[in-house]
Amino acid sequence: MSAKIRKLIVQVDETRVEMGQALATPTRKAVAMAVIENPYAGRYAENLDELVAIGEELGGLLGGKCVQALGIAPAQAHSYGKAAIVGSAGELEHAAAILHPRLGAPLRTAVGQGAALVPSAKKIGGLGAAIDVPLGHKDAAYVRSHFDAIEARVADAPRAGEIVVAVAVTDSGRPLPRVGGLQASEIQGKDGLR
Amino acid sequence: MIEIRRVFTQVEDIFHEFGPAPARPLRRGAIGAVLTNPYAGRYVEDILPAMQALEPVGIDMARQLLAAMDVPADSIQGYGKGAVVGEAGELEHGALWHVPGGYAMRELLGWKGDRKADAQTGQHGNALAIVPSAKKVGAPGTTLDVPLIHINAAYVRSHFDAMEVRVPGAPRAGELVVVLVMSTGPRVHARVGGLTAAEISKWDGQR
Repeated sequence: MSAKIRKLIVQVDETRVEMGQALATPTRKAVAMAVIENPYAGRYAENLDELVAIGEELGGLLGGKCVQALGIAPAQAHSYGKAAIVGSAGELEHAAAILHPRLGAPLRTAVGQGAALVPSAKKIGGLGAAIDVPLGHKDAAYVRSHFDAIEARVADAPRAGEIVVAVAVTDSGRPLPRVGGLQASEIQGKDGLR
Repeated sequence: MIEIRRVFTQVEDIFHEFGPAPARPLRRGAIGAVLTNPYAGRYVEDILPAMQALEPVGIDMARQLLAAMDVPADSIQGYGKGAVVGEAGELEHGALWHVPGGYAMRELLGWKGDRKADAQTGQHGNALAIVPSAKKVGAPGTTLDVPLIHINAAYVRSHFDAMEVRVPGAPRAGELVVVLVMSTGPRVHARVGGLTAAEISKWDGQR
């Protein structure tokens, strides 16, 4: 079945100056959120296939929304992340069913490629609960300049029988990275790590 | 005088709120610019120079918001504005946003600043209603409920709304977050009567 979506929200956070330092290229982080009905709310279901299919659908939809909002070609995406907040009539495993089995492949298509793991977070939460969506470089998980997070939050969701699903995509790393480590310019991009 | 440090945009499509879904989802958008507060940390009597300096910021933000919403200007039906002042500032600094924020949005949506009626419709320009607003002094990540009303008549009941806007991490103490919001229609399941948009007849900004 396809996702029953009540709301879609897309945010772009553009930083031009940080600590008085103007950035040569502003950093931009997008997060797209869908508020969906939880088909398994209020009961224990052994098989969570409906949410697995919803995750696949939302990976492409939300990933595409982020890329569109950033106004970039898919290949220009730098980092990505995903998260879900399950309303109180659901269980944490519902978030896992959306996020882990099949959301990644269509998200990677939306951002051109992506050899690295898509970092994730999940929780049970009420209306307006915030979740910090972890971000990592899409081709090499060890790129230190791109370890980051963006907050996702919907003021009137999730209601008890809903789930907030968030996908984040950036076209940059942190504003003023200077703690060393692997640089984006040094990556091989083959094993997903370096 | 004014430096923009961050720009935050949010666009949401509301398909339903557990009632019958309208043919076209309601789209609401918000833009928040994080600015340096030129008067932070001290009392300054004459703050009007900053109001003038905010004029190009308002024009740019209104355009950016409409572009992010990806709809034509004539599909905008509701608007509002607001400001959050960082803790080293005073509430009055938030009031600097009323004129540059409100008029930038109204002009973009067709306000002409005169009372010349269109011969066909009797309508005096567009965006006739005062832009409602909210303001507060707050910490980084403070939420602001920005009121929305119909752009041509403040008493249109279906368009009374509010949108929660929040920029994570801003304003810092010496900053201002200035906000504009727009929407493409009434509340998603509006049904509490009152003046409707179709009944606007006076074109005085109210009815």
